[in-house]
Amino acid sequence: MFRNVAELIELAESKKCKIADIMIEQEMEVTGRSREEVTSFMDRNLTVMEEAVLRGITEDVKSHSGLTGGDGKLLQEYIKSGKSLSGDLMLDAVSKAMATNEVNAAMGTICATPTAGSAGVVPGTLFALKGKLNPTREQMIEYLFTAGAFGFVVANNASISGAAGGCQAEVGSATGMAAAAIVELAGGTPSQAAEAMAIALKNMLGLVCDPVAGLVEVPCVKRNAMGASNAIVAADMALAGIVSRIPCDEVIDAMYKIGLSMPSALRETAQGGLAATPTGRELEAKIFGIPLNEK
Amino acid sequence: MKYKSVFDIIGPIMIGPSSSHTAGAARIGRVARHLFGRKPEFAKISFYGSFAKTYRGHGTDVAIVGGILDYDTFDTRIVDALTIAKQEGIEVSMTEEDAVTDHPNTARVIIGDKEGQIEVVGISIGGGKIEITELNGFSLRLSGNHPALLIVHNDKYGAIAGVANILAKHEINIGHMEVSRKEKGKEALMVIEIDQNADEVIINELNSLPIVQQVVKIHD
Repeated sequence: MFRNVAELIELAESKKCKIADIMIEQEMEVTGRSREEVTSFMDRNLTVMEEAVLRGITEDVKSHSGLTGGDGKLLQEYIKSGKSLSGDLMLDAVSKAMATNEVNAAMGTICATPTAGSAGVVPGTLFALKGKLNPTREQMIEYLFTAGAFGFVVANNASISGAAGGCQAEVGSATGMAAAAIVELAGGTPSQAAEAMAIALKNMLGLVCDPVAGLVEVPCVKRNAMGASNAIVAADMALAGIVSRIPCDEVIDAMYKIGLSMPSALRETAQGGLAATPTGRELEAKIFGIPLNEK
Repeated sequence: MKYKSVFDIIGPIMIGPSSSHTAGAARIGRVARHLFGRKPEFAKISFYGSFAKTYRGHGTDVAIVGGILDYDTFDTRIVDALTIAKQEGIEVSMTEEDAVTDHPNTARVIIGDKEGQIEVVGISIGGGKIEITELNGFSLRLSGNHPALLIVHNDKYGAIAGVANILAKHEINIGHMEVSRKEKGKEALMVIEIDQNADEVIINELNSLPIVQQVVKIHD
């Protein structure tokens, strides 16, 4: 069983296999399930992700609060206009990441990856890359196992909870997971995947969890958008041969320690950051029908 | 390691908006329901920390009641759980607590009926994963990920051996085990996570041990 990224990479390199294979084998060992059972279970998760993306970019999704919904779809229309500055692939990933989180905010069905609040980054990037890299269904399932392997290390050595470690633990982790999975899907090496994870997560360190009115909407949906774009850039950097000066495991450890020193107001309590801005408070009062002076 | 499966990371499939505050809450409610073993007539729920501050926005209230109604994380009926509970005659009350707990996402659930009640404390540790940290005043650690046996017994020599012998005879393997007590020589609780499901024969056999007071089974 791998305990950190270094061991995961070492295993994949010595066995000359993909990171996804290491994760699948470990899952088989831990649960006693067959390869077929494990991969078909992941296939089901992939289907849920696909349906959420499709729903978010085609339907008029709106959350109960009315704060979010429709932006993923808006971005798809913008891509079609041909005027995009950051490129179609990038914006497609951003749109699909947002679409997933908009469905989530509307209490729709999603697959937590690694959490619900950060569920957009991994599928958003995957379904955008689908158009460029033409992966098989099997490769798409592997993408999720690769992302899962890195998330597994983060969850056990740091945290994937916003209440415990801030948004860096949620969207930050998802971004690192996606960056690593993109590298593997694009044909990069296991160590390049680890570099991508390190580069992506470094740029998410310190990110606080400050949801307006305590809802998984503002700023969560747009943070998934930025997470998706960050993941693609980090993957490209690693594929170009750029390495992180700080090893991936140390970045994960830094994230954990930053989370421990984060005040509770910035860890999913809706008491600080954007939640405590005048507009944030106003929205909260309006949504829950509580007078502002009682907050 | 807290997380053992890749599906703790890529998963669960769930109703939004929060894996810790919605899916996790549903799972805490559902474990309480399974421990109680039948539909309760009342549910008293207390929220602590981040749960207390944000439960409305996250749908923690509907989710935990959905769990008490035995709904899984992806059951769309969760959205209407409060209304359904009312229709089914379950009296639900909720309190926001100020007390600081070890984990920021903590809920205390008391469910019961005229026959009895149970008190469960659960924490939601991220990504939908939960742990039960307290049952009727006993400290414990239960993930709810594996089938488990909860055995209330007298705190006396031979209790563990007696239970383990019966499990061994039926070829049931123990994955994790914990024993706790409130006071030396009084009531104690054994929590045994097992790799196979224990059938009624085994439960009856365990119940027939003189040292055992009660056996509760939780399925995978």
